[in-house]
Amino acid sequence: MSAVSCRGVGKVFTSGRTRVVALENVSLEVADGEFITLVGASGCGKSTLLRLIAGLDEHTEGEIEAGGVPVQGPGADRAMVFQNYSLYPWLTVKANIKFARQLAVHTHDRTSADVEAASGRAEALLGLMGLAQMAQAYPSQLSGGMQQRVAIARALMTRPRILLMDEPFGALDAQTREVMHDLILHVCRLEGCTVVFVTHDVDEAIYLGERVVLMAPRPGRIDSIHAVLLPRERNPAMKHSAEFLSLRSRVLERIRETSGLITDLELLRKLSQRTTLGQPLQDTSSANAP
Amino acid sequence: MWKIRGWLSQRSYWILAAVGLAVPLSLWTALTALGSVNRVFLPGPYDVVHRIATWFQDDDLLTDVGISCFRVIAGWALSALVALPLGLFIGTFRVVQAVLEPLTDFIRYMPAVAFIPLVMLWIGIDEGAKIAIIFIGTFFQMVLMVAEDVRRVPMAQIEVAQTLGATRGEVLEEVIIPSAKPALLDTLRITMGWAWTYLVVAELVAANSGLGYAIIKAQRFLQTDKIFAGILLIGAIGLAMDQAFRLIHRLAFPYLHARS
Repeated sequence: MSAVSCRGVGKVFTSGRTRVVALENVSLEVADGEFITLVGASGCGKSTLLRLIAGLDEHTEGEIEAGGVPVQGPGADRAMVFQNYSLYPWLTVKANIKFARQLAVHTHDRTSADVEAASGRAEALLGLMGLAQMAQAYPSQLSGGMQQRVAIARALMTRPRILLMDEPFGALDAQTREVMHDLILHVCRLEGCTVVFVTHDVDEAIYLGERVVLMAPRPGRIDSIHAVLLPRERNPAMKHSAEFLSLRSRVLERIRETSGLITDLELLRKLSQRTTLGQPLQDTSSANAP
Repeated sequence: MWKIRGWLSQRSYWILAAVGLAVPLSLWTALTALGSVNRVFLPGPYDVVHRIATWFQDDDLLTDVGISCFRVIAGWALSALVALPLGLFIGTFRVVQAVLEPLTDFIRYMPAVAFIPLVMLWIGIDEGAKIAIIFIGTFFQMVLMVAEDVRRVPMAQIEVAQTLGATRGEVLEEVIIPSAKPALLDTLRITMGWAWTYLVVAELVAANSGLGYAIIKAQRFLQTDKIFAGILLIGAIGLAMDQAFRLIHRLAFPYLHARS
């Protein structure tokens, strides 16, 4: 059974008389335990699709199922990690990670053994994420990379079956991002959860994903799905392998073709033909005038 | 020194603050000491201090301060009691916002002073009337500010809780309220200041004690020194309350003041 199943999913935003088709006829099956990445130019609807799976927005067409159950709103089986501003600044790192434990969904049938196990799990996650020293710190005292590690640990705390990540490393610097890549691969394999990961960074999408879903804009849709033929155990050296590089150039090429960047370039070329370098447009037009 | 949003040491800050207070005070002293201005128009600092002392000894200053503080705090607290839950709902649910916000926006532009005759008609001329005027002056602004504070809670904080399985009630209780708390305390601090500005207006209604009443009475007898004394006292009490709120802020929200 698929962990996530989208069949003919569409999303139309309407405000007044304007209708914007954000997603059209998206069909996608994510296998149990799979790490899948969604990549594409801005406006391709990759974040929208993720939010629909999370149940944060409602799809206007088609069906979405998570674990065989139709999605009708957010649920504890699908935890989401956002790009930023999602930690609770009034809670310490440890309290942030244990946040979900106080919610009613996670408190029924709770025995003292459960409470102990939860405490142990929080400690384990702190250790796994390299946050043991910072357990009592507040989020404002952490670096951006550490904050995202807390956000991931918080999402994993109650063992969701599906982890949804919306450009979680988008605001981090390149070095921190590389460290986070290996960390998230390690953690997700350990936890065995299904991951749907949205990014606009093609390298990131290929390095992390077992499959890369390439999306295209106007209207948002799935353009193509690329299996990443690298061993599941990734390491940074693979970024220079032939498979990685050829997939990278294929995906980038396809993004360029579908994103409308080419028409923009053609327009620029046309504009520049009508003017000679160093001269403003209006000068050449007056020179051409009879 | 003139760097935009630059840094200033604690010491320099307080020195400059002292200068900022000392300059107008010494100008005031000099102006009155020279005798170029009639004391009826501008009493000197000494006259004002002297007036406060005699007010304290002979005219029951503490009763005036007490009753005024009571009126302001009662009107403000009553308005907070209604404005906090109402603002929370306006800021959280679009339906409530649609029903109440335009209405509140409309009423808040109405002059509180103009309500005095109506308040007297409806409530009478007791303590309730004075508290009602302060309530009218404070409440409608407060509701809108509370709603705005609640709306400023980042959507990501709310959505994270939802994807962790939080119910609507849990999102309100565990995310929206704790997240908005510091801003709400600031709103309460600022509206407390506004409540004080409505004191004189409130004590226009058949009062026979209070700082605002004392100012109005002194006006009739051209006791400019007492008007000065009353105004300065209200300023001083307001400043003290403001500082108390800031202290509570520091104690209640250590995470906002924590440094790594």
